[in-house]
Amino acid sequence: MSKDVVVFDRVERWFGVHTVLRGLSVRVQPGTVYALLGRNGAGKTTALRILLGFLHPHEGSATVFGCDSRDLGPGERARIGYVGEDHRLYPTMSVGDAIAFEKDTRPAFRAAFVEKAIERCGLRRAQRIPRLSRGQRAQLSLILAVASDPELLICDDPALGLDAVMRREFLDALVDLLAETGCTVLFSSHFLGDVERIADRVGILHDGALLVDATLDDLKRRIVRCGWSPAAGETAPGGPNVLRVAPRRGGFDLTLLDPTPELFASLRAHGELAEAPTPTLEDLFLDLTGPERPGMLREPLDDLVSPGRAAGGAR
Amino acid sequence: MIIRVDPRSAEPLFEQVVFAVKSAVARGTAKTGERLPSVRELARELAINPNTVVRAYEALERDGVVVRRQGAGVFLTGSGSDLAAAERKKQLHDLLRRAVTEAFHLGFTAEDVQKVLQGCLDETEIKTRRQS
Repeated sequence: MSKDVVVFDRVERWFGVHTVLRGLSVRVQPGTVYALLGRNGAGKTTALRILLGFLHPHEGSATVFGCDSRDLGPGERARIGYVGEDHRLYPTMSVGDAIAFEKDTRPAFRAAFVEKAIERCGLRRAQRIPRLSRGQRAQLSLILAVASDPELLICDDPALGLDAVMRREFLDALVDLLAETGCTVLFSSHFLGDVERIADRVGILHDGALLVDATLDDLKRRIVRCGWSPAAGETAPGGPNVLRVAPRRGGFDLTLLDPTPELFASLRAHGELAEAPTPTLEDLFLDLTGPERPGMLREPLDDLVSPGRAAGGAR
Repeated sequence: MIIRVDPRSAEPLFEQVVFAVKSAVARGTAKTGERLPSVRELARELAINPNTVVRAYEALERDGVVVRRQGAGVFLTGSGSDLAAAERKKQLHDLLRRAVTEAFHLGFTAEDVQKVLQGCLDETEIKTRRQS
């Protein structure tokens, strides 16, 4: 059986005539942090809800700890922590009530950890849930999600609606958790700066399928951007190394995968080449999923969606 | 020892940590026997994945820059690399050849390169190291 903590295997899911996931395949290895990225409506939340068993796939399967997500029992659920984007907590409770509630429903609840964590976040037991700020609610739901020492933490855009300071506090709490327990994390996010700090591996979901599934280091090392102004009569370059060609004033912005010295030499020979600063994850994300433009990438990058190959590079 | 990283840089984070430590040693701001921050401390300080710090410390251990003492932490050895002389020489050659190649493409002369190299040598403790 596979050792991967999470496996999506060619998952298809539609709502009425609207197809949300088209053959999504993802594997998350134990002890790693996997970031699922995508624009609004790309299918991130649907994928995570399938994993938790809240939705069923129409085709394909999703497994957690080797168990089909449709059949998750209390045993498997106890090993999963979940933080939703809305940080749902019972509004009639106080912080102390919420903690007591979790304690009674979770066998492996670590009371001492929770005491320390709420103190560090400046939360008090007497505070009422509706009176907490969004950031405090996010922190409390993370603390509760990880209090029973989950082997897998699933977070659906946990930083949504948090300001920069709160996001950093949430990130600190996550880093602490990782250092302490080495748990596996699968999270979706819009904040690419956070992803750059903590993700081992990144999946870019677009239109219900993965465009990219690679380690962050691999992505940054292998994708290069440059500006190119062709000499008179020259047309835009093509070939498997050229991911995207975006027309701009006087030439093109090129996004290249594993460019060879020969490719650069040829570009220099047929026009003027301008090195662009190294791309950030945000640049890459915009390049790959941005609004449709001529030459926009439509097909998945086979080379960057083979987990075996990319995983070998960095682990 | 001050370790800083730039998550937006194209250089992988673990390599940035490795270089920051090596650079602190070379500049003499970190001393032999000094204890590195724990994985958790450094991950928290830099707000990065602890796995990344683990990888950096493993790479530093492989290069002989640090030694891990069970239960006590990770310490700077100060003894330099354990690699065989031939391998060390080859690595130095590769490093400099790379730098010289890039300098050529940036349009510099041999004299420019020598001047800058001397400047770099002056900045680090390498200038006081004797033949061993």
